[in-house]
Formats: sequence, structure tokens, C-alpha cells
Amino acid sequence: MALEVKELKTDFHNDWCVGCGDFGILNAIHMALAGLGKQRHEIAMFSGIGCSGKTPHWINTYGFHTLHGRGLPFAIGAKLANPELTVVCVGGDGDGYGIGAAHFLNSGRRNVDITYIVFDNGVYGLTKGQASPTLHRGEKPKSLPLPNINDNNNPLAVALCSGYTFIARGYSYDVKHLKDLILRGINHKGFALIDVLQPCPTYNNLQTKEWFEGIVEDEETGARVKGNPRVYKLEESGYDPVVKNPANLEEVEHKMSQAFLKTQEWGDRIPIGVLYQIDQPDYGARIAQRMPSYAKVSPAKMPFYDLATGKTTTDITPLLKDFQVV
Amino acid sequence: MEYLKEIAWLIGGPQGSGVDSSASTFAKALASGGYHIFGGREYHSNIKGEHSYYQIRASDKEVRSSVNQVHMLATFEEETLHIHKGYVIPGGAILFDPTLVKETDIGRKDVVLVAVPYMELIKQIATEFGKEKDVQKLAVMKNVLSVAASLALLEYPFDLIAKTVESFFKTKKPKLVQMNVRGAEIAYNYVRENYAKSPFPYRLKPIPVPAGEKRTFLTGTQAAALGKIIAGCRFQTYYPITPASDESEFLESHPEFGCVVVQCEDEISSICMAVGAAVTGVRASTATSGPGFCLMVEGMGWAGINEVPVVIFDYQRAGPSTGLPTRFEQGDLKFALNAGHGDFPRIIMAPGDMDEYFFDAIDAFNYAERYQLPVIVLNDKNLANSTKTVRWFDYSGAKVDRGFLLSDEALAKYIKSNGNGNGNFKRFHFEENGMSPRPVPGQVGGVFWNTGDEHDEYGHITEDPDLRLRMMDKRMKKLETASKEIPLDKKIKTYGPKDADCLVVTWGSTKGAILDAMEDLEKEGIKVRLLQICLINPFPTPEVMKELSQAKIKVGAEMNYSGHLCGVIRENTGIAMDSMILKYTGRPMKKDEMVDALRNIVKKAEKKVVLTHGA
Ligand SMILES: Cc1ncc(C[n+]2csc(CCOP(=O)(O)OP(=O)(O)O)c2C)c(N)n1
Ligand code: SF4
Ligand SMILES: [Mg+2]
Repeated sequence: MALEVKELKTDFHNDWCVGCGDFGILNAIHMALAGLGKQRHEIAMFSGIGCSGKTPHWINTYGFHTLHGRGLPFAIGAKLANPELTVVCVGGDGDGYGIGAAHFLNSGRRNVDITYIVFDNGVYGLTKGQASPTLHRGEKPKSLPLPNINDNNNPLAVALCSGYTFIARGYSYDVKHLKDLILRGINHKGFALIDVLQPCPTYNNLQTKEWFEGIVEDEETGARVKGNPRVYKLEESGYDPVVKNPANLEEVEHKMSQAFLKTQEWGDRIPIGVLYQIDQPDYGARIAQRMPSYAKVSPAKMPFYDLATGKTTTDITPLLKDFQVV
Repeated sequence: MEYLKEIAWLIGGPQGSGVDSSASTFAKALASGGYHIFGGREYHSNIKGEHSYYQIRASDKEVRSSVNQVHMLATFEEETLHIHKGYVIPGGAILFDPTLVKETDIGRKDVVLVAVPYMELIKQIATEFGKEKDVQKLAVMKNVLSVAASLALLEYPFDLIAKTVESFFKTKKPKLVQMNVRGAEIAYNYVRENYAKSPFPYRLKPIPVPAGEKRTFLTGTQAAALGKIIAGCRFQTYYPITPASDESEFLESHPEFGCVVVQCEDEISSICMAVGAAVTGVRASTATSGPGFCLMVEGMGWAGINEVPVVIFDYQRAGPSTGLPTRFEQGDLKFALNAGHGDFPRIIMAPGDMDEYFFDAIDAFNYAERYQLPVIVLNDKNLANSTKTVRWFDYSGAKVDRGFLLSDEALAKYIKSNGNGNGNFKRFHFEENGMSPRPVPGQVGGVFWNTGDEHDEYGHITEDPDLRLRMMDKRMKKLETASKEIPLDKKIKTYGPKDADCLVVTWGSTKGAILDAMEDLEKEGIKVRLLQICLINPFPTPEVMKELSQAKIKVGAEMNYSGHLCGVIRENTGIAMDSMILKYTGRPMKKDEMVDALRNIVKKAEKKVVLTHGA
């Protein structure tokens, strides 16, 4: 029996600011997990530190609120130790692309079967709005005393060049679309990155809900009217992100190139949806290849002692014989 | 002519030229003839070219350290000759290449100089095997030749050499077995023919092994890895670093035990991945050295506050910073004790010999799970890279203790009687002894949270002062429980008589040189007692105080500048050492310098002795 959204909520007090984009992401995660058809105990949520990092406390599954920038290694450790778990990791843009950049980059090399959702708000929310790695140079959200001196990085382009097999962008106020993305990400056999455009009304007054959706104030009436939304859906533009045949290098090159071009779009047109997807052996499959037992029993469940006596059941005699001198 | 009960032999050469395999061939040839072996390896942080050397001590009784002076020095180039020729005992022997050095230039008239024309002999072998064109490639055979030549001088039976050479090449390069065995024979015969009448007085012959005794010959990293396998470690992470990587690589090369080994992007990832794995119930570990351990601090604190059992093997090397990356120091003790901000419970163990490397690995995982905390095992470069003959590990008595880890059935039962389930499970339930029930993700009804923030019993963030107080007390309480439960022989070990002239206090592998020195000092009439502190945290205060209060002279001996353990003892007991023996050159303490130091302390009441031996 599938879980209902309300069963996935906790009554732990939520302390996000009113109007924070994080709420939309949390809702989308609740909906996606409900749609997954798994039981709560089969799911483990991981997170880093930041406003975003608190997310697992509001999800009624096993939850691990780890360290700033370190959600990924914790999550990867859990998934590799028990591949039966559905593992989802969340975190901030500072968390993932700044302090955790080494893990972000290297996760592309491993393709562990987890889903990583980054709450991308252009600022370090929890430490009061300093520039995050995705904030562009020269921009000055209200929290900064001077315009941002650094250039931004482009996480989706980095992911594309780092071996990522599922790269997507969502928007926190399009909850249903985001829910679908998250479900696709979880169902992707491999590492799925979903960067989510997340307005932070408290500190980032540049990339706001209004900005993303093209809502403007009518100069005469002062009324809020819909202009041209910046955010648009790739799937509605006829874009096909999926590599059909991973062995076909020409196709791979083509799909990567078009994805790269999409990663460069910003400003007036910002694509959301899946940018790139390819099937590649995940890390678990690679381990199983060198260690056949891995496919049958996970490290977390591998018996190694007699439950009644506590005595070890591992026999290292053959190894000791290799070392024997007399 | 004298049959030796104990011999020290040293071989040196540029790194990557085969010194290590020569040394282990020499050692194994003697080990298979019944000798106990200790092999100490010294090398630069370099891949090819820098000077490295390997000293083998063989004896009819156990040996645990290196010595200053050797009976024989085997060389095949000039650098080794010049660095080490002064450390050969008068009457000993030096093997050298006469095409590189003139006998008269060596400047040691009091030793037997054995000229081994390596290339000439190699040419002979090449011709026999029709490989005249490959003579230059075959130059590596100098290694085998020097071993065979050394043993020929000692009149050690050739068949034991042949057997060792054969088994070495059989696994590594089966095609080369014949040629190398023949090479050994040619060198052996050359020395027998040309130096049979030399004044070299020493001989070695195989000695009996007590009935039923089986021995292995291994390194510290191998002993530790074997211990981890028996302990049930099935998840290991690492980032390459000398001298710890060997342990992980060994585990990785034996997938038949099901231990997943992940090479991470850095040590931050290593610790976090191990902890992430550990929360799922697998016994998880990471192995590193000082620079890597520095990076693990924040992750270890997270394991501390979330009560996750994780085992960290820190193979200490000389710091600070990159320090002497391939050399030895016991410099991480105070850091291990204090690493991390805030107080959280941790257990710190300090194994001092190969047996302890093996068995402590098993205890480490038991403690980690029983007390639900990080366990740091302070290993070191000295034993990591040393080789030793070790009695066959008998692990039949080893028991697994998983503490309050709940099986599916136990969890269901616990929930039934305590009335909490999904989303209401008190993972950090306040318990008298500090240890709370521990489900794992995947189990029905056990849903809980972990957070690096202070938390309530469910694992949710809290800043409530009362909860904070109680959680801190609960966590720290586990150390008190551990102190009560861990048996005396796992906390401290003592060697030597109670009425000794002095009590030496040490930790880790420095014990080897002290035990070896004690045997020599006893012959001089100086009685020494050794107190080895095996459990660094929780510190065995009453046990240590009892020993110290009975001592005539209290001596601290350790491989660092400031006397870490001496400081920790004083902090915990209020007792200061009378004397200290310290060494921080990066080279392990040698038996003979330890003998001298202890003699001076007992006879001349020296306060501080800084040891310096070793190239
Ligand atoms: C090692 C470390 N350094 C600094 C901090 C302080 N800190 C907490 S949250 C945060 C930034 C959060 O920004 P982001 O990751 O973008 O998450 P957001 O709050 O925007 O969701 C920082 C720097 C910390 N917790 N740990
Ligand atoms: S600071 Fe910004 S990101 Fe954090 S809760 Fe408030 S609105 Fe959300
Ligand atoms: Mg942010």
C-alpha cells in the first residue's frame, strides 16, 4: 500500500521564512515519495547544512541531517552499504557547489544510484545571505553590502562534463513538474542531479518568484500582471534529453552538446526539465562485477558471525596460509 | 666459527630497485628455517632513486625491533655502502660490487669484504638461459644474488634459499622462477668457492620449531586488514596516503570476503561515507594517516553526536603537516584525544605489536557498536611497514558484540513493549548506561532522525537547555560504562618484574624496542618493568596510578617531541614522569639505543634522553 502525502509529513516545527521556495520543494518531495509506492522505512533522506538541510526533519522516513557540504558522501555510503534503500540527498547551492564541490564533481565518476536535489537560491540562506556559487558577478541582492565579486559556476554544465547520467532543473513553484522530475530521478538507475530554482524572499530580491515567472507591476495601475515568464519547460519545446543508445557515440555527443547549450541559457529564458539522461552501469553494478556476492547480499546484511554464540564465521585460513613460513 | 642465535643483516639501494623483495626473500629463507624475524623498512617519500634500506633481524627467540649495528651489510651500489658501512660490527661482513668500489676505498679493515661481481655473474646466467641480449634488463637479479651471496657466507643451506626464491617468483613472475633459482645458486656457489676460507666467523643453520607451532610472516597493515576481515568489517573507505593505503589495498584485493572498499575523493568523503554506511548497520571503517585524519575531524564529531559506530585506523607518521611522510612518529595521541570541537565520547586504542594489530581490530568494532561511538586505533608507520614472524592468529575465541543494535525481531518486540513505532522511535532514548536502542534504515518501525545539531530522543533538532544537558550526559556516560566494562588486560599490559629498578611507560609500537632492551638489561643486572597503555581513552586512571605508585623510577618512552603520553598521564593522575626517552628523527627506536638510555637513567638518573639513531 502506497503512502499518502500526509503520512510523509512530520509534526516537527517548520522554521523556514514565510514565502520561502523551500516549501514547494518539500511538497514536491512528499508527493514524489508518495508516488513511489515504497514504504517509509525503505527510504533514507540525507541532507547537508543550510535552510535546505533541515528538510529531512519534515519527512517521515529515515532522515540524516549531516554536515555542511557532506550530504553526498554520507548518502553514498548508506546506498552502497544497503542498495535496497531508496536514497535521496538534498542540500543548498552553497552546500553542494561550494564547500561540497569535491563530492559534487566526483559523484559524476561513480554514478551511485541516488537522487540529489539542490535548493539553488543564489545565496547562503542560513548564514544570512552571502553570495553562493550560483550568484552571477556584479549582482547585488539586498543581503550583500557590495556587488558580487565572483563569477558564478554552472553546476549543470559541470555535471555534464563530470559523467552525470541524469541532469535536470526544476522550479520550486512548479510543484507538480518538480514532483515528476524527482520521480524520474529516483527511477533513473544511477546518479540523478536535480537543481531547483528556489527563490529566497528573505535575502535574494533579484531571482524572485516574480522574476522567474515574469510577473511585473503594471506601471499605471500597480497591479501584478503576467508578462513573459523566464522559466520554460524543455519537454514543451520538443527537446529530447534521453540518449537512446549509449553505445552510439555520435548520439551521445549530440545529446551532450544540446544539453550544454541548454546549460548556457539564463536571463530571459531559463529551461527547466531534464537536460540529459543516459544509461550507464551504476556503481553497484560495477562493485558486483568484481565482487559477485554484492549482487546477492548487501554489506549491511551480510552475515559474519553466529548469532547464538557470537563467534565469527569468517575463515581466513587460506589467507594465513599465503603468509605461512613454518 | 660460531653458530649465531641471532643475526642482523641490512640491505640498501635506490628505491624501486628491489630492496624490499630482497629483504623479504632473505627473511623468509631464515623464517622457514625456524628463525623469528623482525624486518624494519626505511624509505624516502619518492618512487624511484632515493636511498632506502631494510634491516632484517633473525633470532631463535622473538625479536621486535631493529638494532644500530648489523653483522652483515649487503650492497650493490655506492650510496648504501657509504651510508651504512660504519654500522657493521667488527668481524662482520660487507658485500659490495668490485666494479664500482675498490676494496681499499671502503676503509673498513676490521670486517670481511666480500666482492660480488654482480654483472659478471648475471652475464653467466643470461648465457645459460640464452638471454645474452637482455643482460641489462636482468640487472635486477642483483637482489637475488645479494641474498644468496649473504646466506652463502653464513653457510645457510641452499635448499631453503631455493625454496623461498621459487615461491616468491611463482606467484609474481612464474616464468622467471628457474632463472632466479639458478641465479641464486650461481651466487651462492661463487661465495662458497671464493670465501670459504675467509675469516668471517659467523654461521647460521636451521633451528627446530616447537611442535605444533605455525608462524606467518606479515606486515602491520596486513595484520590489521586480516583483523578487520575477522571483525566483520564489510565497508572500508580510504584516500591514498602513506603508510595507510596498503591496508585498504589489501582489503580490496580480497573481494571474496565481501568488504566493499571505496577510494574516495578526499578524507572528508572517506569519513562521511564510512559513517553513512555505518548507520545502515554494516561494520564500517576508514584508514588514514595524520594529514588525512586532520580532515576527518568534523565527520568524526558528527558520528560522536549521532552515536554512530565507526572505526578509524590512524597510521601515524611524522608531522606536522606533510612532515616526514614515510617516517615514523607517535605524534597523534593528543590530537586524537582532542580532535573535534565540543565534547563527545570516543574510544582510543593503541596496539603495539602485530598480534594487537590483529586482535584490536576485532575489539575496535565491538567497542564501536557496543558503545555507539567512533573508535580511533592509533597504528603507526613503524609496524605498518615492518615485517615480522607472528604466531598463527588464533581467532577461535573472538566474539562479536553488536551492543544494542536491533534485529528485525528485536525491534518489533521493543516497539511492542515500548509503544513507539514509525516516526516515534526514540533512537536516543535516555538509558541508564548511555546506550540507546539502535535500529537501521530499512527496518519497519524504526524511523528516526540523525542531525549534527543537538537533538531530542527522536533525533530532531533541539536547543532546549534541559534536553541538551541530558543528551550530553547520556553520551558521555558511555565512557564511564566502557571504563567499567573493558577488562584490565585490554587497558594496560605489564611486562617484567614488580621490583624493577625502573618502570617504563609507553604506548604503541615503541614497546618492541623496550621489550628487546629489557632482555639485554636483565643480563647486566638491571631490572626493568614495562607498562604499556593500550586503552588511551577512556584513560585507565586507577590502573595506571597503581602501577606508577609502586615504581622506583618512572620513565616515559615515546616517539615524539613533547611526550604526549607523559602529559596525558599527568593530566589524569597528577603524576609526572621522572625521566623521558624521546625520539623524533622519524626513525624508530632501536634496541641498543634503548638499552643505553635506560642504563643511563637507572645508573645516572638522567632526566631526558633524546635518541637519534638511524639513517
Ligand atoms: C564547515 C561549516 N562551515 C560553515 C558553516 C556555516 N553555514 C551554515 S549554513 C551555510 C550556508 C548555507 O547555504 P546553502 O548551502 O546555499 O543553503 P541554504 O541555507 O541557502 O539553503 C553555512 C556557510 C557550517 N555549518 N559548517
Ligand atoms: S533565508 Fe531564504 S532560503 Fe532560508 S528559509 Fe528564509 S527564505 Fe528560505
Ligand atoms: Mg543557498
